Amino acid sequence: MCTTCGCGNSETKIDGTIVENAHEHEHRHADGTWHSHVHDGASVHDSGAAGPLGGVHDADLTVERVIRIEEDILARNNVYAEQNRRALADRGIFALNLVSSPGSGKTTVLVRTIEALQGRFPVCVIEGDQQTSLDADRIRASGAAAVQVNTGKGCHLDAHMVGHALEQLSPPDDCLLLIENVGNLVCPAAFDLGEAHKVVILSVTEGEDKPLKYPDMFGAADLMLVNKIDLLPYVQFDVEAAIGYARRMQPGLEVIRLSATTGEGFAEWLSWLEHGVAAAKSARDQSVATLRRRVAELEARLAVADHPV
Amino acid sequence: MHEVALAEGVLRIVLDAARANTAARVRTVWLELGALAHVEPDALAFCFDAVTRGSVAEGAKLEIARTAGAAWCMPCGTRVALAQLGDACPRCGSYQLQVLAGDEMRVREITVA
Repeated sequence: MCTTCGCGNSETKIDGTIVENAHEHEHRHADGTWHSHVHDGASVHDSGAAGPLGGVHDADLTVERVIRIEEDILARNNVYAEQNRRALADRGIFALNLVSSPGSGKTTVLVRTIEALQGRFPVCVIEGDQQTSLDADRIRASGAAAVQVNTGKGCHLDAHMVGHALEQLSPPDDCLLLIENVGNLVCPAAFDLGEAHKVVILSVTEGEDKPLKYPDMFGAADLMLVNKIDLLPYVQFDVEAAIGYARRMQPGLEVIRLSATTGEGFAEWLSWLEHGVAAAKSARDQSVATLRRRVAELEARLAVADHPV
Repeated sequence: MHEVALAEGVLRIVLDAARANTAARVRTVWLELGALAHVEPDALAFCFDAVTRGSVAEGAKLEIARTAGAAWCMPCGTRVALAQLGDACPRCGSYQLQVLAGDEMRVREITVA
């Protein structure tokens, strides 16, 4: 941890190499313009609580100025996330951010998924953990390209780390990118990484009331995998109740029940993935086709300009 | 505790604004945190004190304005108040709610000297 301020980012490592200290560095990606918005004069303020404008100034006669800012705390992360999203879209990559508590079976689900998808389309993985490269090693052994991000004391991946990991990984066009977040049901909910969907994994060895206890994460997800269903005969876990609780936070949540041990439910999961990969590829094909058409149009116009009738 | 990362986000925004306005000292930082935002205000305040140490914002007072949560209730077809994520519609008891407001986390303004 950074001893100046207590921040955890200074220990971020990608495949064992330290990423620069997040405070000092002013690393900006190619088009990553960053500035704070400082507005002069009054702007509309429609929230309930009173702001300091017109408030009492300190009695020490120092001239105080009010600077209006109105900037999202996560704005910088969101700029990086949008860059990632654009870069992924340009390459037709379908990216998922997998979140869960530790021990839900995320890595085992990934390994079985990679094995099942072999020969269908390429799969790449970004592994997030506080320490060790054990998970990336497991993933590589299953045949997929993987990069390990170690967050040090950090409790979640952010879009900047993922941007660096993508540079290192350089995933092929039209692939599936699985980002395994740090096992934590709280912090990763707030950070957009540029993914198409957050996928939350809940295993039946946990309590069915987890969605009630960690509403932010279930509210941020588009798909929930209920894992380890082969263990249902041995545990007290009400699947319907768990799904009902999760849909309180996210009425449109899709759900797939599966077991990474027996493979039950995997057909549905793999077909969900195939659909996403095909959609990302077709979106890229479409934008490439549009660009080609535009180039052809411009070339035709240029030809006319060069040889006027 | 992602509040450290959030506090660093606040600090970055505050320092940029202070630099742009050639301020010697940041006195107060006003945040707007929605009732449904992914943040624990007390933890954020604690982290803010830690991350501002040694900067022009050291010792700055952190003022947090909470804004109310609101959602669109699909069965009622109307906007309703939502105190926290996972609560039911106060009118009909349904959970078919889409959050409309209250997930903001914003630096609203600062006072500098």
